[in-house]
Amino acid sequence: MDIGLCNRRLLSPTYREGITIRSIFHRESQPGLRTILLVFMSIALMVMDKRLEAFVSIRAALSLPLAPLQYIVSWPTNFIDNIKSIISTHDDLVSENLSLKAEQLLLRSQLQRLIAIETENDYLKALFQSSKQVKGKTLIAELLAVDFEPFVNQVVLNKGTRDGVYIGQPVLDATGIMGQVVSAGPITSRVLLINDPRSGIAVQDVRNGVRAVAVGDSYSGKLRLMYVPNTADIKVDDIFLSSGLGDRYPEGYPVGKVISVSKDPARQFAEVHVQPSAQLNSSRQVLLIWNPKNA
Amino acid sequence: MHSFIAILTTLLIALILALLPMPDWTIWLRPAWVLMVLIYWAMMTPYQVSVGMAWMTGLVVDLLNGTLLGEHALAYTIVIYFISKMHIRLRMYPMLQQGLSVFSFVLIYLFILYCIQGFIGELPGSHLYWLSAVTSMLLWPWLFVVMRDCRRWFKVA
Repeated sequence: MDIGLCNRRLLSPTYREGITIRSIFHRESQPGLRTILLVFMSIALMVMDKRLEAFVSIRAALSLPLAPLQYIVSWPTNFIDNIKSIISTHDDLVSENLSLKAEQLLLRSQLQRLIAIETENDYLKALFQSSKQVKGKTLIAELLAVDFEPFVNQVVLNKGTRDGVYIGQPVLDATGIMGQVVSAGPITSRVLLINDPRSGIAVQDVRNGVRAVAVGDSYSGKLRLMYVPNTADIKVDDIFLSSGLGDRYPEGYPVGKVISVSKDPARQFAEVHVQPSAQLNSSRQVLLIWNPKNA
Repeated sequence: MHSFIAILTTLLIALILALLPMPDWTIWLRPAWVLMVLIYWAMMTPYQVSVGMAWMTGLVVDLLNGTLLGEHALAYTIVIYFISKMHIRLRMYPMLQQGLSVFSFVLIYLFILYCIQGFIGELPGSHLYWLSAVTSMLLWPWLFVVMRDCRRWFKVA
Protein backbone atom coordinates (compact mmCIF):
# COMPACT_ATOMS: atom_id res chain seq x y z
CA MET A 1 0.00 0.00 0.00
CA ASP A 2 2.84 2.34 0.97
CA ILE A 3 4.66 1.48 -2.19
CA GLY A 4 1.44 2.09 -4.12
CA LEU A 5 1.02 5.55 -2.62
CA CYS A 6 4.69 6.34 -3.28
CA ASN A 7 4.24 5.27 -6.85
CA ARG A 8 1.19 7.46 -7.25
CA ARG A 9 3.03 10.45 -5.79
CA LEU A 10 5.95 9.77 -8.08
CA LEU A 11 3.68 9.42 -11.03
CA SER A 12 1.44 12.46 -10.47
CA PRO A 13 4.04 15.27 -11.00
CA THR A 14 5.16 13.78 -14.28
CA TYR A 15 1.55 13.23 -15.28
CA ARG A 16 0.90 16.93 -14.57
CA GLU A 17 4.09 17.83 -16.41
CA GLY A 18 2.91 15.78 -19.29
CA ILE A 19 -0.32 17.72 -19.43
CA THR A 20 1.42 21.13 -19.19
CA ILE A 21 3.89 20.17 -21.89
CA ARG A 22 0.99 19.18 -24.07
CA SER A 23 -0.97 22.38 -23.34
CA ILE A 24 1.97 24.61 -24.29
CA PHE A 25 2.15 23.04 -27.70
CA HIS A 26 -1.60 22.67 -28.11
CA ARG A 27 -2.40 25.48 -30.52
CA GLU A 28 -4.96 26.10 -33.18
CA SER A 29 -3.88 27.37 -36.57
CA GLN A 30 -1.32 30.14 -36.45
CA PRO A 31 -2.85 33.61 -36.21
CA GLY A 32 -1.19 34.49 -39.50
CA LEU A 33 -3.53 32.41 -41.63
CA ARG A 34 -6.62 33.57 -39.75
CA THR A 35 -5.46 37.16 -40.03
CA ILE A 36 -5.13 37.00 -43.82
CA LEU A 37 -8.59 35.46 -44.06
CA LEU A 38 -10.11 38.10 -41.77
CA VAL A 39 -8.35 40.92 -43.66
CA PHE A 40 -9.87 39.71 -46.92
CA MET A 41 -13.29 39.40 -45.29
CA SER A 42 -13.03 42.93 -43.90
CA ILE A 43 -12.10 44.33 -47.32
CA ALA A 44 -14.97 42.38 -48.92
CA LEU A 45 -17.41 43.76 -46.32
CA MET A 46 -16.18 47.31 -46.84
CA VAL A 47 -16.54 47.09 -50.60
CA MET A 48 -20.02 45.56 -50.30
CA ASP A 49 -21.12 48.18 -47.79
CA LYS A 50 -19.99 50.94 -50.09
CA ARG A 51 -21.49 49.53 -53.29
CA LEU A 52 -24.55 47.44 -52.50
CA GLU A 53 -27.90 49.01 -51.62
CA ALA A 54 -29.09 45.86 -49.83
CA PHE A 55 -26.41 46.27 -47.18
CA VAL A 56 -28.32 49.03 -45.44
CA SER A 57 -31.03 46.61 -44.33
CA ILE A 58 -28.40 44.10 -43.20
CA ARG A 59 -26.74 46.81 -41.12
CA ALA A 60 -30.09 47.85 -39.66
CA ALA A 61 -30.87 44.24 -38.74
CA LEU A 62 -27.45 43.75 -37.15
CA SER A 63 -27.74 47.00 -35.22
CA LEU A 64 -30.92 45.95 -33.47
CA PRO A 65 -29.21 43.97 -30.66
CA LEU A 66 -26.87 46.92 -30.13
CA ALA A 67 -29.66 49.45 -29.63
CA PRO A 68 -29.86 48.75 -25.84
CA LEU A 69 -26.20 49.75 -25.59
CA GLN A 70 -26.98 53.11 -27.18
CA TYR A 71 -29.85 53.64 -24.75
CA ILE A 72 -27.57 52.73 -21.82
CA VAL A 73 -24.97 55.24 -23.00
CA SER A 74 -27.47 58.07 -23.33
CA TRP A 75 -29.12 57.26 -19.99
CA PRO A 76 -26.72 59.33 -17.78
CA THR A 77 -27.37 62.47 -19.84
CA ASN A 78 -31.15 62.01 -19.63
CA PHE A 79 -30.89 61.25 -15.91
CA ILE A 80 -28.96 64.44 -15.24
CA ASP A 81 -31.47 66.42 -17.30
CA ASN A 82 -34.30 64.98 -15.20
CA ILE A 83 -32.50 65.80 -11.97
CA LYS A 84 -31.90 69.34 -13.22
CA SER A 85 -35.57 69.82 -13.96
CA ILE A 86 -36.58 68.35 -10.59
CA ILE A 87 -34.34 70.59 -8.54
CA SER A 88 -34.81 73.86 -10.42
CA THR A 89 -36.16 76.60 -8.20
CA HIS A 90 -39.76 77.79 -8.23
CA ASP A 91 -38.66 81.26 -9.42
CA ASP A 92 -36.82 79.78 -12.40
CA LEU A 93 -39.85 77.76 -13.39
CA VAL A 94 -42.21 80.74 -13.10
CA SER A 95 -40.00 83.00 -15.23
CA GLU A 96 -39.46 80.24 -17.81
CA ASN A 97 -43.21 79.68 -17.95
CA LEU A 98 -43.86 83.38 -18.57
CA SER A 99 -41.25 83.66 -21.32
CA LEU A 100 -42.58 80.50 -23.02
CA LYS A 101 -46.12 81.90 -22.95
CA ALA A 102 -44.92 85.16 -24.50
CA GLU A 103 -43.01 83.28 -27.20
CA GLN A 104 -46.04 81.11 -27.92
CA LEU A 105 -48.22 84.20 -28.34
CA LEU A 106 -45.72 85.65 -30.81
CA LEU A 107 -45.49 82.40 -32.77
CA ARG A 108 -49.29 82.07 -32.91
CA SER A 109 -49.64 85.53 -34.38
CA GLN A 110 -46.95 84.76 -36.97
CA LEU A 111 -48.75 81.50 -37.74
CA GLN A 112 -51.95 83.37 -38.54
CA ARG A 113 -50.09 85.41 -41.14
CA LEU A 114 -48.49 82.24 -42.48
CA ILE A 115 -51.87 80.56 -42.98
CA ALA A 116 -53.09 83.59 -44.88
CA ILE A 117 -49.95 83.65 -47.06
CA GLU A 118 -50.23 79.92 -47.73
CA THR A 119 -53.83 80.23 -48.89
CA GLU A 120 -52.90 83.08 -51.18
CA ASN A 121 -49.93 81.10 -52.51
CA ASP A 122 -52.13 78.08 -53.25
CA TYR A 123 -54.60 80.31 -55.03
CA LEU A 124 -51.84 81.88 -57.16
CA LYS A 125 -50.41 78.45 -57.96
CA ALA A 126 -53.84 77.24 -58.98
CA LEU A 127 -54.01 80.19 -61.38
CA PHE A 128 -50.84 78.83 -62.97
CA GLN A 129 -52.36 75.34 -62.95
CA SER A 130 -49.62 73.86 -60.73
CA SER A 131 -50.33 71.40 -57.93
CA LYS A 132 -51.08 72.39 -54.32
CA GLN A 133 -48.72 71.79 -51.42
CA VAL A 134 -50.20 69.05 -49.30
CA LYS A 135 -49.40 69.20 -45.56
CA GLY A 136 -47.58 66.05 -44.49
CA LYS A 137 -47.55 64.22 -41.19
CA THR A 138 -44.86 65.07 -38.63
CA LEU A 139 -43.29 63.26 -35.69
CA ILE A 140 -41.06 64.58 -32.93
CA ALA A 141 -38.02 62.48 -32.09
CA GLU A 142 -35.19 62.82 -29.63
CA LEU A 143 -31.53 62.33 -30.27
CA LEU A 144 -29.82 59.58 -28.32
CA ALA A 145 -26.88 61.26 -26.62
CA VAL A 146 -24.26 59.05 -28.25
CA ASP A 147 -20.92 60.37 -29.43
CA PHE A 148 -19.36 58.88 -32.52
CA GLU A 149 -15.90 59.09 -34.02
CA PRO A 150 -15.06 62.67 -34.93
CA PHE A 151 -15.21 62.04 -38.68
CA VAL A 152 -18.73 60.58 -38.61
CA ASN A 153 -21.53 63.11 -39.31
CA GLN A 154 -24.52 61.09 -38.13
CA VAL A 155 -26.97 61.10 -35.25
CA VAL A 156 -29.20 58.39 -33.80
CA LEU A 157 -32.90 58.97 -33.11
CA ASN A 158 -35.09 57.10 -30.67
CA LYS A 159 -37.78 56.40 -33.27
CA GLY A 160 -37.72 53.55 -35.78
CA THR A 161 -39.82 51.62 -38.27
CA ARG A 162 -42.23 50.86 -35.45
CA ASP A 163 -43.21 54.55 -35.54
CA GLY A 164 -43.36 54.68 -39.32
CA VAL A 165 -39.88 56.05 -39.99
CA TYR A 166 -38.68 55.20 -43.50
CA ILE A 167 -35.33 55.46 -45.25
CA GLY A 168 -34.90 58.80 -47.00
CA GLN A 169 -37.21 60.65 -44.63
CA PRO A 170 -36.18 64.30 -44.11
CA VAL A 171 -35.30 65.42 -40.60
CA LEU A 172 -35.58 69.03 -39.43
CA ASP A 173 -34.80 70.83 -36.24
CA ALA A 174 -36.23 74.10 -34.96
CA THR A 175 -34.07 76.28 -37.22
CA GLY A 176 -33.51 74.34 -40.42
CA ILE A 177 -33.02 71.07 -42.25
CA MET A 178 -30.76 68.61 -40.43
CA GLY A 179 -30.49 65.65 -42.78
CA GLN A 180 -32.23 62.48 -43.88
CA VAL A 181 -32.75 59.03 -42.43
CA VAL A 182 -30.32 56.52 -43.92
CA SER A 183 -30.96 53.46 -41.81
CA ALA A 184 -34.12 52.58 -39.89
CA GLY A 185 -34.19 49.77 -37.34
CA PRO A 186 -37.30 48.85 -35.37
CA ILE A 187 -36.62 51.17 -32.43
CA THR A 188 -33.79 53.45 -33.53
CA SER A 189 -32.81 55.09 -36.77
CA ARG A 190 -29.74 56.82 -38.10
CA VAL A 191 -29.73 60.25 -39.68
CA LEU A 192 -27.04 61.47 -42.08
CA LEU A 193 -26.46 65.14 -41.36
CA ILE A 194 -26.31 67.63 -44.24
CA ASN A 195 -22.68 68.47 -43.51
CA ASP A 196 -21.58 64.93 -44.41
CA PRO A 197 -19.74 64.76 -47.76
CA ARG A 198 -22.12 62.03 -48.91
CA SER A 199 -25.21 64.17 -48.43
CA GLY A 200 -26.54 66.52 -51.10
CA ILE A 201 -29.57 68.78 -50.91
CA ALA A 202 -31.13 70.83 -53.70
CA VAL A 203 -31.28 74.46 -52.61
CA GLN A 204 -32.53 77.77 -53.94
CA ASP A 205 -31.47 81.31 -53.13
CA VAL A 206 -34.24 83.33 -51.48
CA ARG A 207 -33.16 86.61 -53.04
CA ASN A 208 -33.09 85.67 -56.70
CA GLY A 209 -34.01 81.98 -57.07
CA VAL A 210 -30.54 80.75 -58.09
CA ARG A 211 -30.56 76.96 -57.75
CA ALA A 212 -27.66 74.78 -56.64
CA VAL A 213 -26.83 71.57 -54.81
CA ALA A 214 -25.32 71.83 -51.31
CA VAL A 215 -23.00 69.04 -50.19
CA GLY A 216 -21.11 68.66 -46.96
CA ASP A 217 -17.50 69.69 -46.68
CA SER A 218 -15.51 67.34 -44.49
CA TYR A 219 -12.75 69.85 -43.77
CA SER A 220 -14.84 72.63 -42.28
CA GLY A 221 -18.09 70.96 -41.18
CA LYS A 222 -20.09 73.39 -43.30
CA LEU A 223 -21.82 73.08 -46.65
CA ARG A 224 -20.40 73.78 -50.08
CA LEU A 225 -22.42 74.59 -53.21
CA MET A 226 -21.47 72.44 -56.16
CA TYR A 227 -21.11 73.42 -59.80
CA VAL A 228 -21.94 77.09 -59.36
CA PRO A 229 -20.72 79.02 -62.41
CA ASN A 230 -18.57 82.10 -61.90
CA THR A 231 -21.33 84.29 -63.34
CA ALA A 232 -23.95 83.25 -60.77
CA ASP A 233 -25.35 86.06 -58.63
CA ILE A 234 -24.64 84.82 -55.11
CA LYS A 235 -23.54 87.17 -52.34
CA VAL A 236 -22.45 86.72 -48.73
CA ASP A 237 -25.41 86.56 -46.28
CA ASP A 238 -27.77 85.10 -48.90
CA ILE A 239 -30.16 82.62 -47.38
CA PHE A 240 -30.72 79.31 -49.13
CA LEU A 241 -33.93 77.31 -48.78
CA SER A 242 -34.57 73.77 -49.97
CA SER A 243 -35.98 73.85 -53.47
CA GLY A 244 -37.88 70.55 -53.30
CA LEU A 245 -36.26 69.33 -56.52
CA GLY A 246 -35.14 65.72 -56.29
CA ASP A 247 -38.21 64.89 -54.17
CA ARG A 248 -36.09 64.18 -51.12
CA TYR A 249 -36.61 67.24 -48.98
CA PRO A 250 -39.78 69.33 -48.73
CA GLU A 251 -39.71 72.73 -50.36
CA GLY A 252 -39.11 76.00 -48.56
CA TYR A 253 -37.23 75.04 -45.40
CA PRO A 254 -34.04 76.94 -44.51
CA VAL A 255 -30.78 75.16 -45.23
CA GLY A 256 -28.13 77.79 -44.57
CA LYS A 257 -26.59 81.21 -45.03
CA VAL A 258 -23.67 81.99 -47.33
CA ILE A 259 -20.49 82.87 -45.46
CA SER A 260 -17.97 83.09 -48.28
CA VAL A 261 -18.00 83.37 -52.05
CA SER A 262 -14.80 83.11 -54.05
CA LYS A 263 -14.89 83.47 -57.81
CA ASP A 264 -11.53 82.68 -59.35
CA PRO A 265 -11.45 83.03 -63.14
CA ALA A 266 -8.76 80.33 -63.21
CA ARG A 267 -11.25 77.76 -61.83
CA GLN A 268 -14.29 76.41 -63.61
CA PHE A 269 -16.75 76.91 -60.78
CA ALA A 270 -17.15 79.37 -57.93
CA GLU A 271 -16.52 78.26 -54.37
CA VAL A 272 -19.45 79.10 -52.12
CA HIS A 273 -19.46 78.05 -48.47
CA VAL A 274 -22.73 77.93 -46.57
CA GLN A 275 -23.20 77.81 -42.81
CA PRO A 276 -26.09 75.42 -41.97
CA SER A 277 -29.11 77.01 -40.23
CA ALA A 278 -29.85 73.92 -38.19
CA GLN A 279 -27.97 73.47 -34.91
CA LEU A 280 -26.27 70.28 -36.07
CA ASN A 281 -24.15 69.89 -32.95
CA SER A 282 -26.55 70.89 -30.21
CA SER A 283 -30.13 70.00 -31.19
CA ARG A 284 -31.72 67.44 -28.93
CA GLN A 285 -35.19 67.28 -30.44
CA VAL A 286 -35.91 66.95 -34.14
CA LEU A 287 -38.92 66.75 -36.39
CA LEU A 288 -39.45 63.93 -38.87
CA ILE A 289 -41.56 64.91 -41.86
CA TRP A 290 -43.53 62.70 -44.19
CA ASN A 291 -42.80 64.16 -47.60
CA PRO A 292 -46.12 63.79 -49.42
CA LYS A 293 -44.41 63.24 -52.78
CA ASN A 294 -42.71 59.96 -51.94
CA ALA A 295 -44.15 58.77 -48.61
CA MET B 1 -16.13 29.80 -19.39
CA HIS B 2 -16.46 32.56 -16.85
CA SER B 3 -13.15 34.02 -18.00
CA PHE B 4 -14.95 34.64 -21.28
CA ILE B 5 -17.66 36.53 -19.39
CA ALA B 6 -15.00 38.68 -17.71
CA ILE B 7 -13.41 39.51 -21.06
CA LEU B 8 -16.81 40.35 -22.56
CA THR B 9 -17.72 42.57 -19.61
CA THR B 10 -14.52 44.59 -19.91
CA LEU B 11 -15.05 44.93 -23.66
CA LEU B 12 -18.62 46.11 -23.05
CA ILE B 13 -17.42 48.75 -20.59
CA ALA B 14 -14.81 49.86 -23.14
CA LEU B 15 -17.57 50.18 -25.77
CA ILE B 16 -19.67 52.27 -23.41
CA LEU B 17 -16.66 54.52 -22.70
CA ALA B 18 -16.05 54.90 -26.43
CA LEU B 19 -19.64 56.09 -26.99
CA LEU B 20 -20.14 58.15 -23.83
CA PRO B 21 -21.01 61.76 -24.67
CA MET B 22 -18.22 64.09 -23.62
CA PRO B 23 -17.81 67.88 -23.69
CA ASP B 24 -17.09 69.38 -27.08
CA TRP B 25 -13.47 70.27 -26.41
CA THR B 26 -12.59 66.61 -25.74
CA ILE B 27 -13.78 65.47 -29.16
CA TRP B 28 -10.27 64.80 -30.47
CA LEU B 29 -8.83 63.64 -27.13
CA ARG B 30 -10.81 60.42 -26.75
CA PRO B 31 -8.43 57.46 -26.27
CA ALA B 32 -9.01 54.25 -28.19
CA TRP B 33 -10.67 52.43 -25.28
CA VAL B 34 -11.76 49.30 -27.13
CA LEU B 35 -8.39 48.89 -28.80
CA MET B 36 -6.52 49.29 -25.50
CA VAL B 37 -8.66 46.67 -23.76
CA LEU B 38 -8.18 44.31 -26.71
CA ILE B 39 -4.42 44.93 -26.59
CA TYR B 40 -4.38 44.05 -22.89
CA TRP B 41 -6.28 40.81 -23.33
CA ALA B 42 -4.30 39.81 -26.42
CA MET B 43 -1.11 40.42 -24.49
CA MET B 44 -2.18 38.48 -21.39
CA THR B 45 -4.41 35.73 -22.76
CA PRO B 46 -3.35 35.38 -26.40
CA TYR B 47 -5.13 32.05 -26.81
CA GLN B 48 -8.49 33.38 -25.68
CA VAL B 49 -8.45 36.79 -27.29
CA SER B 50 -6.86 36.79 -30.71
CA VAL B 51 -7.57 38.10 -34.19
CA GLY B 52 -11.02 36.47 -34.42
CA MET B 53 -12.29 38.23 -31.30
CA ALA B 54 -10.67 41.48 -32.47
CA TRP B 55 -12.44 41.18 -35.83
CA MET B 56 -15.87 40.65 -34.29
CA THR B 57 -15.35 43.51 -31.82
CA GLY B 58 -14.37 45.69 -34.77
CA LEU B 59 -17.63 44.80 -36.52
CA VAL B 60 -19.61 45.75 -33.40
CA VAL B 61 -17.78 49.09 -33.18
CA ASP B 62 -18.52 49.71 -36.88
CA LEU B 63 -22.22 49.00 -36.40
CA LEU B 64 -22.41 51.29 -33.38
CA ASN B 65 -20.43 54.12 -34.92
CA GLY B 66 -22.05 54.20 -38.33
CA THR B 67 -18.73 53.89 -40.15
CA LEU B 68 -18.06 51.63 -43.14
CA LEU B 69 -18.69 48.02 -42.10
CA GLY B 70 -15.34 46.31 -41.70
CA GLU B 71 -13.23 49.43 -41.22
CA HIS B 72 -12.55 49.05 -37.50
CA ALA B 73 -12.54 45.26 -37.93
CA LEU B 74 -9.62 45.51 -40.35
CA ALA B 75 -7.70 47.94 -38.13
CA TYR B 76 -8.21 45.87 -34.96
CA THR B 77 -7.30 42.61 -36.73
CA ILE B 78 -4.00 43.95 -38.04
CA VAL B 79 -2.97 45.51 -34.71
CA ILE B 80 -3.95 42.44 -32.66
CA TYR B 81 -2.07 40.23 -35.11
CA PHE B 82 1.14 42.13 -34.34
CA ILE B 83 0.37 42.02 -30.62
CA SER B 84 -0.21 38.28 -30.62
CA LYS B 85 3.06 37.73 -32.46
CA MET B 86 5.03 39.62 -29.81
CA HIS B 87 2.91 39.12 -26.71
CA ILE B 88 5.67 37.47 -24.69
CA ARG B 89 8.04 40.35 -25.35
CA LEU B 90 5.39 42.95 -24.55
CA ARG B 91 4.63 41.39 -21.19
CA MET B 92 8.24 41.83 -20.11
CA TYR B 93 8.58 45.48 -20.98
CA PRO B 94 8.72 48.08 -18.21
CA MET B 95 5.73 50.40 -18.06
CA LEU B 96 7.33 53.25 -20.01
CA GLN B 97 8.33 50.99 -22.90
CA GLN B 98 4.92 49.36 -22.87
CA GLY B 99 3.34 52.80 -23.07
CA LEU B 100 5.49 53.65 -26.08
CA SER B 101 4.56 50.39 -27.78
CA VAL B 102 0.89 51.08 -27.15
CA PHE B 103 1.43 54.55 -28.63
CA SER B 104 2.86 53.07 -31.82
CA PHE B 105 0.10 50.45 -32.06
CA VAL B 106 -2.65 53.05 -31.63
CA LEU B 107 -0.85 55.16 -34.25
CA ILE B 108 -0.97 52.20 -36.66
CA TYR B 109 -4.70 51.79 -35.92
CA LEU B 110 -5.37 55.51 -36.51
CA PHE B 111 -3.36 55.38 -39.72
CA ILE B 112 -5.36 52.44 -41.09
CA LEU B 113 -8.61 54.25 -40.28
CA TYR B 114 -7.24 57.43 -41.89
CA CYS B 115 -6.36 55.54 -45.08
CA ILE B 116 -9.81 53.97 -45.34
CA GLN B 117 -11.56 57.26 -44.63
CA GLY B 118 -9.35 58.80 -47.30
CA PHE B 119 -10.51 56.15 -49.78
CA ILE B 120 -14.15 57.04 -49.22
CA GLY B 121 -13.47 60.77 -49.13
CA GLU B 122 -14.43 61.59 -45.55
CA LEU B 123 -11.24 62.52 -43.79
CA PRO B 124 -11.43 63.82 -40.21
CA GLY B 125 -11.62 67.59 -40.19
CA SER B 126 -8.63 68.36 -38.01
CA HIS B 127 -5.05 67.25 -37.58
CA LEU B 128 -5.79 66.85 -33.87
CA TYR B 129 -7.18 63.44 -34.89
CA TRP B 130 -3.76 61.90 -34.13
CA LEU B 131 -3.85 63.21 -30.52
CA SER B 132 -5.94 60.16 -29.67
CA ALA B 133 -2.70 58.13 -29.71
CA VAL B 134 -1.12 60.45 -27.14
CA THR B 135 -4.06 60.20 -24.73
CA SER B 136 -4.11 56.43 -25.18
CA MET B 137 -0.44 56.26 -24.26
CA LEU B 138 -0.98 58.45 -21.18
CA LEU B 139 -3.94 56.38 -20.01
CA TRP B 140 -2.29 53.00 -20.64
CA PRO B 141 -0.57 52.57 -17.22
CA TRP B 142 -3.83 53.27 -15.39
CA LEU B 143 -5.78 50.92 -17.67
CA PHE B 144 -3.13 48.23 -17.29
CA VAL B 145 -3.38 48.28 -13.49
CA VAL B 146 -7.20 48.33 -13.55
CA MET B 147 -7.34 45.44 -16.02
CA ARG B 148 -4.77 43.47 -14.01
CA ASP B 149 -6.84 43.82 -10.86
CA CYS B 150 -9.94 42.91 -12.84
CA ARG B 151 -8.18 39.84 -14.21
CA ARG B 152 -7.08 38.76 -10.76
CA TRP B 153 -10.55 39.27 -9.35
CA PHE B 154 -12.23 37.20 -12.05
CA LYS B 155 -9.35 34.71 -11.93
CA VAL B 156 -8.76 34.71 -15.67
CA ALA B 157 -5.71 32.69 -16.78
